[in-house]
Amino acid sequence: MTGVKLSFPHPPARPDQVPDFSDIVIPAAGELPVPPLDLTAEQSRAMAVGLIRVLDDDGNAVGPWADYLGDLSADDLRRGLRDMLRMRAIDRRMMNAQRQGKTSFYLLCSGEEAIGCGFQRQLEKGDMNFPTYRQQTLLIGADYPLEMLIGQLYSNDLDPLKGRQLPIMHSARDYGYFSISGNLGTQYVQAVGWAMACALRGNGQIAAGWIGDGATASNDFHSALLSASTYQPPVVLNVVNNQWAISTYTGVARGKGETYAARALGYGVPALRVDGNDYLAVIAVSRWAIERARKGFGPALIEWFTYRVAAHSSSDDPSAYRAKDEGASWPLGDPVVRLKDHLVARGEWSEERHVQAEAEMLAEVTAVQKQVEAHGTFVDPQPISPAEIFRGVYAELPEHLRRQRQEMGH
Amino acid sequence: MARMSMIEALRSAMDVKLADDPAVIVFGEDVGYFGGVFRCTAGLQAKYGEERVFDTPINESAIVGIAIGMAAQGMRPCVEMQFADYVFPAYDQITQEAARLRHRSNEQFTCPMVVRMPTGGGIFGGQTHSQSPEALFTHVSGLKVVIPSTPYDAKGLLIAAIEDPDPVIFLEPKRIYNGPFYGDHSGKSVPWSQHAAGEVPEDHYVVPLGKADVRRAGSDLTILTYGTMVYVAEAAVKAAGVDAEIIDLRTLLPLDLETVRASVEKTGRCIVVHEATRTSGFGAELIAEVEEVCFWHLKAPILRVTGWDVPYPHAQEWDYFPGPERIERVIHKVMED
Repeated sequence: MTGVKLSFPHPPARPDQVPDFSDIVIPAAGELPVPPLDLTAEQSRAMAVGLIRVLDDDGNAVGPWADYLGDLSADDLRRGLRDMLRMRAIDRRMMNAQRQGKTSFYLLCSGEEAIGCGFQRQLEKGDMNFPTYRQQTLLIGADYPLEMLIGQLYSNDLDPLKGRQLPIMHSARDYGYFSISGNLGTQYVQAVGWAMACALRGNGQIAAGWIGDGATASNDFHSALLSASTYQPPVVLNVVNNQWAISTYTGVARGKGETYAARALGYGVPALRVDGNDYLAVIAVSRWAIERARKGFGPALIEWFTYRVAAHSSSDDPSAYRAKDEGASWPLGDPVVRLKDHLVARGEWSEERHVQAEAEMLAEVTAVQKQVEAHGTFVDPQPISPAEIFRGVYAELPEHLRRQRQEMGH
Repeated sequence: MARMSMIEALRSAMDVKLADDPAVIVFGEDVGYFGGVFRCTAGLQAKYGEERVFDTPINESAIVGIAIGMAAQGMRPCVEMQFADYVFPAYDQITQEAARLRHRSNEQFTCPMVVRMPTGGGIFGGQTHSQSPEALFTHVSGLKVVIPSTPYDAKGLLIAAIEDPDPVIFLEPKRIYNGPFYGDHSGKSVPWSQHAAGEVPEDHYVVPLGKADVRRAGSDLTILTYGTMVYVAEAAVKAAGVDAEIIDLRTLLPLDLETVRASVEKTGRCIVVHEATRTSGFGAELIAEVEEVCFWHLKAPILRVTGWDVPYPHAQEWDYFPGPERIERVIHKVMED
């Protein structure tokens, strides 16, 4: 016996226990400064281990990052609120559709709406996101047509991908949304390559990589950080830390590291850690990092600190591994409620208007959903031609695929 | 025309493409300032600058991942894996990302890139500098897999690969980088500069992907092979005194089945030769294809000569290597039937 023992990280609470977020340190809003665009990794340390917040507990926007957003109009914020409400309506309707068997799979982003909705609104046409499966919000923020978004979920003829990809694995080049891969982490380094191409071509565009806290354990997270550090391309590397990788607690991927943001410092990449449930903090820091990249100051990493309220996917049951109602206990609140409260406090919104807006979004999404369902669902399929699977494997159909297509009967 | 080694021919292909297409970009471990451990990219950085030709960290997954990002935006990366044995950290990026991007995005994104890698043994490289991983790529839909056997083909195929709209795995048989090899490791090797196949045009030309080359016309039997083994097969045929047709496949995926079929229908006998290990090797695929389309023309079972199903040994390299004697034995066996 040596007394040497391994460490196996555990979440603070399991299903039979009371949710416990007491270990999470939440600094007051407005404490951290807005750094210069040429921020170095070393100078960013306080921001990488702290938490940038703009909205305080009473819904007021406070501190230097609030001042940085000085020109932001109430209309911009109302649009952000509408984006998030639209996302919630889609999640609600599509989760129902999955339960009714109309689609094979769905995946909610409840609690994380502010991140993608806010980030996307700061991008310009031609910029490219390399998203994970939980950043549908980037499409919403890009005003992606709902017919195509829902068509993809139903794999019908309105699906731009013609049924080739799992529902939620969208691809929308014209809307800055790279084709999603089911292999986690791989696209983080592809984002770096895309950004390098932007720099080499001098087209003024940037790339944004997205990864979850769990997938930061994958090789390509480190590949991307090293490559970004080496070549200094215009890329914003986002880590969405939502505390859970399916059933695996975030501490397993994090190990004894202090924050995910702090990992970037060892690569010489400046990093900021942000309250991901604070829409104003999201747009402020997104705007800063995107401007930094576009002006040639190189990569930055942003850790969005948030919570995955829903199950991992429609195939997952979180009651088997985490405390009941943990999401409701999340100390950083609900991004929709927080932005609503802020607008109400400013006299730019009201509870009545909010209820009305929720109903409007649900009605809009429901109407589009019905229209898309007329083109077929899993319950009532209108099959896409099987010959479609042979298209686009190569630019030109090779002889052996032509023979196989004939063998299939097409 | 000039006499070039395969290394020089490959460099010439990259030179031609770097000059005529600003989207072409070359990178990998040591390929920039130094010009690669095999000197394949020597001088290219000095000529085109480090934005076009540059060194990378030792991170194959990043090399390919970056190339995918660049290719998706419309650039034409031609990257180098220092050895084919090192490609495995990048296997995920190649097989599940590059190969699938066009199809899964319904052609919104494409991946016109080339991954070059020195393949095969015969240089006392031991287990991790000698492997022939072609079958691991021919199993992947969406890829093209190329392996040249002459300097002329190497240049023409590499230019075709760089110009191809799809991702291409470009395997370079390193044993014949500097001259042909007839399987006799104790014999003197002839450099390409003294060999007719070393004649290579200096300008742009293409050897199309997906077209095999009938290297030696014959009527007794067909030998299907590629890369270094084309020369070993030639030596075996000479020693065996048979009139064999030797087909250099040049592109394994897509396969030129028509040339293969025409030859086997003519000769009625077929053997398959490759250096890679046998089980689930590309030879199995070739035999299955030939059997399907030529069964009624066959006078004898199709046999194969391959590396053994063991890791490539260092000291016993020539025991592993499918030399001319092994091929000759199998030729005689097939001719007996």
